[in-house]
Amino acid sequence: MKKDTFKRNTLPALAMAGPVSLWMILFVTLPMLYIIYISFMSRGVFGDVVYEFSLESYETLLDSTYFKVIVKSLRAAFLTTVLCIFIGYPFAYYIAKKPKEVASKLIMLIMIPFWTNSLMRLNSWLLLFQTSGPVNNFLQSAGFIDAPMSFVYTDGLVMLGMITNMLPFAVLPMYSSIEKLSKSFLEASADLGATRRTTFFNITLPLTFPGIFSSIILVFIPSLGIYTVTDMLGGGKVLYIGNIIKNQFGAIRNWPLGAALSVLLIVITGLLIFIYTRFAKIEDMEVV
Amino acid sequence: MSISKKQKRRRWEEFIGTVYSIIIYAVLYIPVFVMMMFSFNNQRYNYYWNGFTTQWYSKLFSNSALIESLWYSVVIAVLATLISVTIGTIGALGLKKYEFRGKKFINEMLYIPIIVPEIVMAVALLIIFIKIGLALGMGSILIGHCTFCIPYAVVTIKGRISGDGYSHEEASMDLGANRIQTFINVTLPSIMPGVMSAAFLSFTLSIDDVVMSNMLAGAKNSTLPVLILSMNKSGVTPDVNALTTIMILVIVIAMILNNIIKNALKKRKKMEETI
Repeated sequence: MKKDTFKRNTLPALAMAGPVSLWMILFVTLPMLYIIYISFMSRGVFGDVVYEFSLESYETLLDSTYFKVIVKSLRAAFLTTVLCIFIGYPFAYYIAKKPKEVASKLIMLIMIPFWTNSLMRLNSWLLLFQTSGPVNNFLQSAGFIDAPMSFVYTDGLVMLGMITNMLPFAVLPMYSSIEKLSKSFLEASADLGATRRTTFFNITLPLTFPGIFSSIILVFIPSLGIYTVTDMLGGGKVLYIGNIIKNQFGAIRNWPLGAALSVLLIVITGLLIFIYTRFAKIEDMEVV
Repeated sequence: MSISKKQKRRRWEEFIGTVYSIIIYAVLYIPVFVMMMFSFNNQRYNYYWNGFTTQWYSKLFSNSALIESLWYSVVIAVLATLISVTIGTIGALGLKKYEFRGKKFINEMLYIPIIVPEIVMAVALLIIFIKIGLALGMGSILIGHCTFCIPYAVVTIKGRISGDGYSHEEASMDLGANRIQTFINVTLPSIMPGVMSAAFLSFTLSIDDVVMSNMLAGAKNSTLPVLILSMNKSGVTPDVNALTTIMILVIVIAMILNNIIKNALKKRKKMEETI
């Protein structure tokens, strides 16, 4: 009898949920725990990890140069997110108000550029904005500037790259939550004499908050950790947390410090998710 | 009178919205067109426009490093998609259907690769691979890609599993089908749209991934995005533009064909229904 229920329930459950559980434990839980462990160890003379408890890495983080980079990365990620939301919401709204057939085509049109290699798109911005590039040529021949401006390897160009790379991740969740918004709410609001502005701020905006929060998560977290945009468009001059982590595990070989920075990123994103779950249920998170 | 005023305002708003959207589309497409244009640039390095040539399209195939890295990317993306979708599909079904201890924990773990910056996951995997002595290369990249694809696959497919309980599956079993027959003939077709979009998503994520691949590549081979990143300092060469141009054209053509076939099937179905 007992063997029978094992065969009927435990075995299939194990066969189906087993692989995914094993994968998550082996390649998510364990590495995450290990990285937290490493962050409390010290660095050996030859760039190895010495297994001795130390808070050195965290003390180094509070050192002004690193602290400045952290603040700068947070500010850049925050700015990217805010701009993506403000630019993306009206765009998502415009698409969502179109008939379904048209809307799905317009969404397709957003996706196509994103199947081009992201680094090649970043490289294009570099080509456009370089000293002898088309933008400088145009500005000069139109008489706006006398000498070529240096756009390359500046924070501004990095920001442009971040926003253009992140915008679809902001638009898609907001689109699906605006699209889902029932027309009857808007009609009811209009019937009750609300102006369109009042309806927007009292009905549309609050009801689409889950979409906005998904967008915030989907834009903020990658922009905080990304190093490809800064590598391509910042030319090694503009450093964010992602670059520093990469360098600590690569050239500089200070694993505990890299691990501590990673833990800091986990804490920041954890806080964000915590705030997120307060406002919107995590099950509502529209990741795709 | 007031209606026409309202209509006028609507039309004006519509116009503003259209202009705004065209500007956004333009900004999204500018880098793609610039990339395509520079694939015809007659210069070894892309510093400025130097005249039209198609030489890079023929020279492309003699650049063995480039072709190899593309091949490497495609193989990894295909394998990552197969593994992620297989584990993701049965995992999504298992997590939805069965109750077991630690289920909540596994569900939470699934969100970690989605919500934690990729560099953190990459670094965490790197140190654990080095700790257990796993050689860096295709295997490590593949594990890395699956680790961020599986959660997306599970989430996508879970959303497609209908909430109507398992009446169809039970009916199938009552009619004498075994578990595997039921899975293939009943369960899988019902979640197929989810499985397809999970596969599509996994492939897209894997083929364009830089961070994970760069961290876990080791010294020898690299995927196409890693190669492009490493070219950054010396300048990306026009043959890479040519290759990427071909890739995007293939994708767009495949998409248009897919759309045409879908529409044709829909029309046929409608005709059959009316008959």
